[in-house]
Amino acid sequence: MSEPTHHAHKIVSPRVYLAIWASLLFFTALTVAVSYLELGVFNAIAAIGIAVIKSTLVVLFFMHVRYSSKLTKLTVFSGIFLFLVLITMTLTDYISRAWGMW
Amino acid sequence: MSTIVSLPDQSTATLPKRTYINNEYGLKSWLLTGDHKRIAILYLISITFFFFIGGAMAGLIRLELLTPQTDLVAADTYNKLFTMHGIIMIFLFLVPSVPATIGNFLIPIMVGAKDLAFPKINLLSWYLYIVGGGLVLAALICGGVDTGWTFTTPLSTHYLNTHVITAGMAIFVAGFSSIFTGLNFIVTIHRMRAPGMTWFRLPLFVWSHYAASILMVLGTPVLAITLVLVILERTIGIGVFDPTKGGDPLLFQHLFWFYSHPAVYIMILPGMGVISEVISTFSRKRVFGYTAVAFSSVAIAVFGFFVWAHHMFIMGVSNYSALVFSLLTMLVAVPSAIKIFNWAATLYKGSITFETPMLYAFGFMGLFTIGGLTGVFLGSLGMDIHLTETYFVVAHFHFVMVGGMLMAFLAGVHFWWPKMTGRMYPEGLSKLAAGTTFIGFILTFFPQFIVGYLGMPRRYAAYPPEFQVLNVLSTAGASVLGIGYLLPILYLTWSLKYGKIAGNNPWQATGLEWQIQSPPLTENFVETPVVDYEAYDYEWLANKTKHEVQTVG
Amino acid sequence: MDSQAIATLPEHDQPAHEHPEYVRHHFANAEQQRETANFGMWLFLLTEIMFFSGMFAAYLIYRNWYYPAFVAGSHYMIIWAGTLNTAVLICSSFTMAMGVYSAEMRNRKALLRWLTLTLLLGFVFLGIKAYEWHAEWVEQHVPGLNFSIEDFTHINPQYPDDRPLSPDMAEKTQVYFSLYFAMTGMHALHMCIGCGILIILLFQAWGGAYTNGHMNTIENFGLYWHFVDIVWIFLFPLLYLISRHQ
Ligand SMILES: [Cu+2]
Repeated sequence: MSEPTHHAHKIVSPRVYLAIWASLLFFTALTVAVSYLELGVFNAIAAIGIAVIKSTLVVLFFMHVRYSSKLTKLTVFSGIFLFLVLITMTLTDYISRAWGMW
Repeated sequence: MSTIVSLPDQSTATLPKRTYINNEYGLKSWLLTGDHKRIAILYLISITFFFFIGGAMAGLIRLELLTPQTDLVAADTYNKLFTMHGIIMIFLFLVPSVPATIGNFLIPIMVGAKDLAFPKINLLSWYLYIVGGGLVLAALICGGVDTGWTFTTPLSTHYLNTHVITAGMAIFVAGFSSIFTGLNFIVTIHRMRAPGMTWFRLPLFVWSHYAASILMVLGTPVLAITLVLVILERTIGIGVFDPTKGGDPLLFQHLFWFYSHPAVYIMILPGMGVISEVISTFSRKRVFGYTAVAFSSVAIAVFGFFVWAHHMFIMGVSNYSALVFSLLTMLVAVPSAIKIFNWAATLYKGSITFETPMLYAFGFMGLFTIGGLTGVFLGSLGMDIHLTETYFVVAHFHFVMVGGMLMAFLAGVHFWWPKMTGRMYPEGLSKLAAGTTFIGFILTFFPQFIVGYLGMPRRYAAYPPEFQVLNVLSTAGASVLGIGYLLPILYLTWSLKYGKIAGNNPWQATGLEWQIQSPPLTENFVETPVVDYEAYDYEWLANKTKHEVQTVG
Repeated sequence: MDSQAIATLPEHDQPAHEHPEYVRHHFANAEQQRETANFGMWLFLLTEIMFFSGMFAAYLIYRNWYYPAFVAGSHYMIIWAGTLNTAVLICSSFTMAMGVYSAEMRNRKALLRWLTLTLLLGFVFLGIKAYEWHAEWVEQHVPGLNFSIEDFTHINPQYPDDRPLSPDMAEKTQVYFSLYFAMTGMHALHMCIGCGILIILLFQAWGGAYTNGHMNTIENFGLYWHFVDIVWIFLFPLLYLISRHQ
């Protein structure tokens, strides 16, 4: 009523769902395969990177965020943002505890 | 520039025939209601109940501190008293105080909606509050908790044999009550505004509730999971915070204060919203710098998430991290100061009248400023090491929360009492109560700044005899304060039947809520309102009601 | 109400909207109700993100502190079970999305079929998870209740290259397993709640609900289900995979 949200409600076709489903399964296989290789730090980066890709696919297509209002996108973003605030601000303590005492 | 509007004559006012109060009768019609106004009344009754339980404990604490020895209660009873006082006052009174009562009643009306977005969830959140409150009472009756309201590990997980689990569950449940209230507000403010009610026509009360709701929705779940981990640690002994298994007790504090610092803004922001309304109405002026005040609420909410470790400076966080958090803490002072300056500027050249809500609002401004400034002391690293865990902290916190928030709550209750009940409170008595509260408050808590600065630690039942004079002053003040809180209960109840009939707009205020009948209809508005004026536009109001209008300055 | 107080919009001036029975009185139209319910659900998911984030933060910190213990702990995860469960949840997310689609198409039979499949996959997930927990109980890897550092001070037969941990570091595997049980336990709790709601939805859909154009509930439940899936998408690499190679 108050916000311009009257874009027609988009119906996503089952074909998109199928494609997302297949790629999610593909990425699952990929992340398991990669975990058996010795890549040093890149093991962690690959595992988390692939998880981020997978969850982005779920959020954008299964959860329709790609077709949703700016408000929904902002909501998702603020959740991720605050999660990062919690982690980074806590880490300011944990990474610098051993930096020598005054 | 301000306008002078003469207040309407109340002797001609009559009570409307059909209101939300007499729409339906019977206990069931209240307990199963979806009406935000009725739920607000349910909340008002229940938080008042818990306020007086928490207040009774404060009374006992002050009585014990009258003498340096532990003579009234044993030391561990004293520990339970201040813990239960903290838990009840914070989670069952301060957090829901303004939002769940006044906010619940007014936000839908202020945005021009018939109800909150999710009436059933609103009712659910009251029931969750009651379950949480019931669990707290259960913990109390079974023997209490003595962890302090902060549940610090490993004290709470390993060393105490009191009802930590019950209290933890209580706060978990009450937390979800507050999450649902916040969620409801955010959705309502986004989606239910009436045609023409743009974001910058919203009253500042709505803005501050919006900011507080963001904190409720984002902060409270972190507290919830932290308490779950504490409970799991007590019951089955997992090792997330347990140092013997490799856990870090400080991590508990990080997670706890991640919620509990923003929680002080959950408590104070709605009060600031009340003050904006009251100051503007009784100065007959638009709030100076509306946009600045609106955005300062949001800024407080955002900055509030970056400062939590200032509660942990002496707990063993790294010095570098403490430095960062100390600097960021200074940032929060900025938006709070913006608000205070803007309220002061609103008063400037306004046509000020001294109705009771305004007296409370003045109390808020003075006491909150002192409380806020001493907060800056505590946020600076060196000072904090001297002052933390002393009565200085207790005084600071009570200046902000009791001097600030409780004053704002009482200002709001008096200001909107005519709207909620259709009747006026007695003017003389209420002014007396406002004065008593202010004097009692100063007498109670100002000595605590001094005694804390001199080094009296908090949370002890006994203290060195040289602190006795200041403690006696404080206890004396607490009894005056107690009278100040009992008075409103008595005369407000009295006014329900015998108060003068208020009429629609006794203060000649501009909010949408004053343009409808008092008490309102169940559906608030007869027809969907269309808003075509800015917030706090007193000239619009004067033109509309054809009351005598005079422009000053 | 003072008629001059605010300009009012007479009812007949409002654009004609269909006003079906399921639209509650305080909404102007079905579209507003749908948008509102959707936004409310997203805000609830926001709180869920923060609910889990405390545990993710703890994981990150302790992993850096007790790296060898976390590696040793994760080497006792049953990799095939974790992988299978990930696949199961992804499939259930797909069937749930198809369920929402069928509700949109007002196809009752398809809706019932997809919801049943989703429920079954949810049960399969919980079954496999229970199997894993049982195995961990047998191996004495449950902190607080049934824990022994025995496995970690000796060579893991599956990873003969691993050096056994010092007794001190071996104690720290309890932190890993505490977080493992807290995180997977919270996740499983969400799955159980999801399955419970799904059963109710199935009964209602059986009676013809959600295929009459009013499908907010199904849509919002879908969002919840996908969210729980996403949590697992992160838990799986963090707990099972990230130290697999060592
Ligand atoms: Cu703080």
